[in-house]
Amino acid sequence: MTTDAAAWEALRLSLWVSLWATCIAVPLALWVAWLLARGRFRGKTLLNALVHLPLVLPPVVTGYLLLVAFGPTAPLGRLLEALGIPLAFHWTGAVLAAIIMAFPLMVRAMQLAIEAVDPKLEEAAATLGASRAGVFARVTLPLIVPGILAGTVMGFAKAMGEFGATITFVANIPGQTQTLPSAIWTALQIPGGETQALMMVVMACVVALGAVVASEALARRVAARIAGA
Amino acid sequence: MTLNIRIQQGFDGFDLDVCFSADAGITALFGRSGAGKTTVVNAVAGLLRPDAGRITFNDEVLFDSATGTFAPPAARRLGYVFQDARLFPHLNVRENLEFGMRYAPKGTPGAGFADVVDLLGLGALTGRAPATLSGGEKQRVALGRALLSKPRMLLMDEPLASLDGPRKQDILPYLERLRDGPQRLPILYVSHAVDEIARLADTLVMLQAGKVARAGPLFDVMSDPAAVPLLGVREAGAVIEAEVMALAEDGLTRLRISAGDLHLPGVQAPVGAKVRLRVLAQDVMLSRARPEGLSALNVLPVQIDSIHTGDGPGAAVSLIAGQDRLLARITARAVSTLGLETGTACFAVLKATSVAPGSIGR
Repeated sequence: MTTDAAAWEALRLSLWVSLWATCIAVPLALWVAWLLARGRFRGKTLLNALVHLPLVLPPVVTGYLLLVAFGPTAPLGRLLEALGIPLAFHWTGAVLAAIIMAFPLMVRAMQLAIEAVDPKLEEAAATLGASRAGVFARVTLPLIVPGILAGTVMGFAKAMGEFGATITFVANIPGQTQTLPSAIWTALQIPGGETQALMMVVMACVVALGAVVASEALARRVAARIAGA
Repeated sequence: MTLNIRIQQGFDGFDLDVCFSADAGITALFGRSGAGKTTVVNAVAGLLRPDAGRITFNDEVLFDSATGTFAPPAARRLGYVFQDARLFPHLNVRENLEFGMRYAPKGTPGAGFADVVDLLGLGALTGRAPATLSGGEKQRVALGRALLSKPRMLLMDEPLASLDGPRKQDILPYLERLRDGPQRLPILYVSHAVDEIARLADTLVMLQAGKVARAGPLFDVMSDPAAVPLLGVREAGAVIEAEVMALAEDGLTRLRISAGDLHLPGVQAPVGAKVRLRVLAQDVMLSRARPEGLSALNVLPVQIDSIHTGDGPGAAVSLIAGQDRLLARITARAVSTLGLETGTACFAVLKATSVAPGSIGR
């Protein structure tokens, strides 16, 4: 494989892993954010701590814990492998690592957005006959779209940049688990690999900037609609 | 239609314990800030679950702490108009109104979209965003939205409190139309403004520090001397019904009440119309003899029903005027000087200006 082709392969894999991670994490994060913002249940503090744990743990530790839980010898890992979802040293494992690492950022943004919605509006919707699901779908959700977008972009960016947990959990196999950050790191280990590394650094910057610009534009349109412009 | 309410709810240093019922027409819930009015309405709407009690609408149990029954707000079908209109900011006026229609049970009689837009004068607003509306316009949209949900009863929590005087005058006629309209939608109306209540209510429930202090038909409670401290000395006064007899050249209107005729300015009603007059107690003077050479035009023969003196120098005097009751606020010294006592026949002198234009209506 030429060095250029390896770089493009790493970019493709990173985008693939990050898109999968984002698509799976967004609905889950929205649900957890709603629970944390509006729910009243026992164990709320515990859930909050659990969600935010990957933010404060060293990523290598998170990766190691994933390996312990989902590795080829762990019962959970074997069960998933039997179901056709092998995780360890597989791109799906990279998706899992990205989800875990991106999750707290997504939840945080969405939770803040939900908390900013005036509960009085939700009460008003309920008195008009809307069920809890109806209130969420027709009042809360449209009002938190900017927060969801922000959380999605942050989560996607985190997934694109995830390195420590990924390399610990699924290693650094070209074409399988070698994402853009792993590939940059690998290139820098090889004498004369700086040119290839630089190319991938530019790729990473372009993707990150593109995501931020796109979400800003979307969020502005939503905000303008809510403000009635 | 009967809404029966019995609730107990404890707060920090304040216990709410009320029991009353609301029938057809407008039931006003009156009290100072912090008397517990909003708590009561929220409990009826299902936005608050009281510590104990029972709330029923006709035969339907909405809340019963004994059986653990609690109907969620959506199942109660009681329209709620909040003090802050609470329009959905992401929807325009039309979409806000349609939100009300969305969950209305199909086939229920009631006003449709066009009727409500017409009734509340919303035609020019439908494309606007809530953020661009004035306070009065927001409140009209909120009222329309609640009506379109085809409620069985309307709950209104200080719907006019955030509006200035002229804006209030924009909304009050709509509420009167609702009260007197074909549907005769029952309304539970929370307010601390006596003028609104005098103009709108059929029944008055007065809350004081979480308890029902007085309850009954509006005309009875407003003319009850014991209600004077609750309403405030300046606000207390009987509400009586009058018929417009004639409009004079000089701008005064001749009105007939059961005790005689009154001449008042600023009555905007045609001959034959029934209007409500609010006669402030502090604007009623008493005289043992029929007064002569007085600038006041309105003198009615009355009989003293009861005299209530409190701690202060004032006295509230309940008067029988034909079939109606009036309330006069005079000094305790005047009571003794004039030798007034129950049964004394005397004359009530009403200043023509004692009737606020806002309190004339129907």
